[in-house]
Amino acid sequence: MQIEASALSVERGGRIIFADLGFRLEAGEALRVNGPNGAGKSTLLKAIAGLLPLAAGKIEIAPASEVRRAELCHYVGHADALKPNLTAFENLAFLAALLVTSAARPGVAAVEAALERLGLSAVADLPAAYLSAGQKRRAGLARLVAVDRPIWLLDEPLTALDAPAQAVILEIMAAHITAGGVIVVATHTDLPIGTADLALGRAAHR
Amino acid sequence: MKQNGAPLPSPLGALLVRDLKIGRRIGGAASMGVLFFLCLVAITPFAVGPDLALLARIGPAILWIAALLATLLGLDRLFQADAEDGSLDLFLMSDTPLELIVLVKCLAHWLLTGLPLVIASPFFGLMLGLDARALEGVAASLLVGTPALTLIGAIGAALTVSLRRGGLLLAILILPLAIPILIFGVAAASGAMAFLTPFLVLCGLTLAALALTPFAAALALRNGAE
Repeated sequence: MQIEASALSVERGGRIIFADLGFRLEAGEALRVNGPNGAGKSTLLKAIAGLLPLAAGKIEIAPASEVRRAELCHYVGHADALKPNLTAFENLAFLAALLVTSAARPGVAAVEAALERLGLSAVADLPAAYLSAGQKRRAGLARLVAVDRPIWLLDEPLTALDAPAQAVILEIMAAHITAGGVIVVATHTDLPIGTADLALGRAAHR
Repeated sequence: MKQNGAPLPSPLGALLVRDLKIGRRIGGAASMGVLFFLCLVAITPFAVGPDLALLARIGPAILWIAALLATLLGLDRLFQADAEDGSLDLFLMSDTPLELIVLVKCLAHWLLTGLPLVIASPFFGLMLGLDARALEGVAASLLVGTPALTLIGAIGAALTVSLRRGGLLLAILILPLAIPILIFGVAAASGAMAFLTPFLVLCGLTLAALALTPFAAALALRNGAE
């Protein structure tokens, strides 16, 4: 799995967020996107995920396949996609059923294992509305473990997490890279895993 | 990957179950629509006066207008809730076509809102003094007509998905589109003409909405995701 972006440019609401951006990631590499607030980190991740149209440039994935780019990517944004009146387990089971693309559909056990990995077994049967901010974040990240997709696009994944949970997420990210996956992560904190850096410079206000 | 445990359901089946669970657990998208329906039907005699013959004559129209407004209730949240919490992004990133996701969400909305109205309509028709023939006509016309209301409403819901207070705009957008359904629905229900002709036109309108809505709503959602 290799992803190469060249001359990317994205417009939102008639304004150019960033232009002429490029990077290249081989299997097992991670890219850390940093820059001031409003520099376009989230916009870049959404554009890679195929959720925003590109004004210019292209994103190529090798080996080429007929699968849409969006179906190869996990995108974890600021919103956790949790329904407040469903339990953590029901939320994750639905997202796993929705997102899984492989012919061999994972079982309910994979969902339980993902919740356990993120330390949510004790609150799996609680409605998501009762979870704390950090627990919601963990429940949102649990789909990375439950559903196998090669490209991870993580927007501030460590926000609201306590130190042990941050360590677990970093472990999961390191394991994904070791297994030949690709990660693009937007964060302000330094990561202990090996990453290339992509700095988005221009601040939004002008 | 572990293989033990029951396999996960299909994406569309899981979505239907999820939306039905959410609707029931809030303590009632379903019961809320029926209660609103009951309120509208119950206050009409106070406005019109205790003229039983007049009520029986305009009863089918009152029931249809009440059903239309009750269907609108909560329709603005059909896609908006998913857009706000990020679920819509994940719909777009799944391998399930968005058109089918729209259809399943409409089905869930109709099961929660439209079907209870159909079941309740004969009882509320009794309150308006409808005869047996008209009660059947109202229930039958609502059964085939309310899906069209949900489906057309879904187009409006998709168009207003990114607007914070889109409910009123939604009503303004889709009420004109609902006029044909209202005309033929009431015609079939009231028996002013023969029952069958307007009923079949109503069936045709519902089928047309069924064919058109998935594509129109999915297109609006894809563009609204920006």
